[in-house]
Amino acid sequence: MSKADEIILIGGSAGSYNLIVAIIESLPSYFIYAIVVIIHRNPKFVTRIEDTLAARLHRPIIQAGDKTNISKNMIYFAVPGYHLLVEPDRTFSLDISEQIQFSRPSIDVLFETAAEIYGKRCSAFLLSGANKDGTDGIRIVQKMGGKAFVQSPEEARMRTMPESAIRANQEINIFTDQEIISYFRDLK
Amino acid sequence: MAKLSVSHISFLELQEIVDLFGKVSGYDLSGYSKSSLKRRIQRVLDLERMDVVDLKNAITNIESFQTYLMNEVTVNVTEMFRDPQYYAALRNDVLPYLETYPQLKFWSAGCSTGEEVYSLAILLMEMGLYDRSFIYGTDINGSVLETARKAIYPLKKIKSYSENYNASGSHGSLSDYYTAMYEAAIVNAEVRKNILFSQHNLATDYIFNEFQFISCRNVLIYFDMELQNKVFNLFYNSLVEFGFLCLGSKETLLNRDIMSNFKVINKEFNIYQKIK
Ligand SMILES: C[S@@+](CC[C@H](N)C(=O)[O-])C[C@H]1O[C@@H](n2cnc3c(N)ncnc32)[C@H](O)[C@@H]1O
Repeated sequence: MSKADEIILIGGSAGSYNLIVAIIESLPSYFIYAIVVIIHRNPKFVTRIEDTLAARLHRPIIQAGDKTNISKNMIYFAVPGYHLLVEPDRTFSLDISEQIQFSRPSIDVLFETAAEIYGKRCSAFLLSGANKDGTDGIRIVQKMGGKAFVQSPEEARMRTMPESAIRANQEINIFTDQEIISYFRDLK
Repeated sequence: MAKLSVSHISFLELQEIVDLFGKVSGYDLSGYSKSSLKRRIQRVLDLERMDVVDLKNAITNIESFQTYLMNEVTVNVTEMFRDPQYYAALRNDVLPYLETYPQLKFWSAGCSTGEEVYSLAILLMEMGLYDRSFIYGTDINGSVLETARKAIYPLKKIKSYSENYNASGSHGSLSDYYTAMYEAAIVNAEVRKNILFSQHNLATDYIFNEFQFISCRNVLIYFDMELQNKVFNLFYNSLVEFGFLCLGSKETLLNRDIMSNFKVINKEFNIYQKIK
């Protein structure tokens, strides 16, 4: 499988689960992107969304492994308990350093490292959540020329995360759930 | 040297720092994962309010800064009985094989502040193997090894270590193995007795003994593929035949050439046995 030239990041926390499932269900069977999902979850109670979804949708949805390629047409999940980073050779790496914003994996860390490598070929979505993780990451994505999207706080179950990103970043795209789902449905 | 504005390091500058640091200090960072290394160096710049030029000057001119930088670059986060199920796997799938040896040597590579080493010692005590065992704990970072030798940990941490211990399937209580004093706990002497902590750099140092068991968890993630393969070779050469290599849940031998010399004992925790 060849490495992806473009990457789409989805960051979510409390209240983002259902939308993430809806996004993945809406994806076409082939797309040229690598999609990376990062959600805060407790490493001690591992809920294997990726396995459940993979079985239901009959497509590989896997945990992003250390030093593995970031490939086209793939959906990756960040493993709980580790930060997930993007390396210059377009592979993933893991890191168990301190939590950031009480989170590991940290959305900021993934967004920042991915933005730096993929530049304008990086898009990032920030969804519902009860903390401020992702705000800095979204800023870097925009600074490096990528596109940033935030779930409308009106529709988010927990509005802190999207609201914080909107407040800190100008010219950010605010999308309804329906718009987010259409975006992913229409990916080529 | 204090700067008012924050300075951001680029990958190009990172490469220059790695080259310079290698030349003047002998610490070889060239095989470290670039993005996490860059974050660690950036962290030092932020802490010290330095820019890249300051950093280069300090590396070149201040010898004590070299050790400081190397220590700051390493990530030392650890726990006792981290991944409790891993310890259950050792108890069930690994240690029973070792019972026939009259003498056992264990190596915990990248042991940080020692928690992993003491966890292993406790497990060996509970399996009745500790009297004939010796554990070497090594790390590149001399300052975490100091903490490891002292064997004193804040009670706050001990609380979550106890939860891990209980989840690992042990029937005792972690408090059997430490003595609490004020805000801290010291690991008891009978746990500490058959352990040696010493400095060893996995990237540049060689074999120093032969082992029945090597564990190296949450260390290889900081290395690129090439350096990982080099370290796998070091481990292979340091293991006796039928010795065990335990890498933990996120670091794997699968898809590496050297895998043909090993057999998988536990897939989830990447426990392998050397078979040839
Ligand atoms: C995250 S800690 C892992 C501690 C423990 N093994 C665990 O899993 O809880 C990683 C350790 O690897 C050490 N390390 C990094 N580079 C090393 C090298 N080249 N040689 C030996 N140790 C190294 C660091 O100093 C750090 O203490």
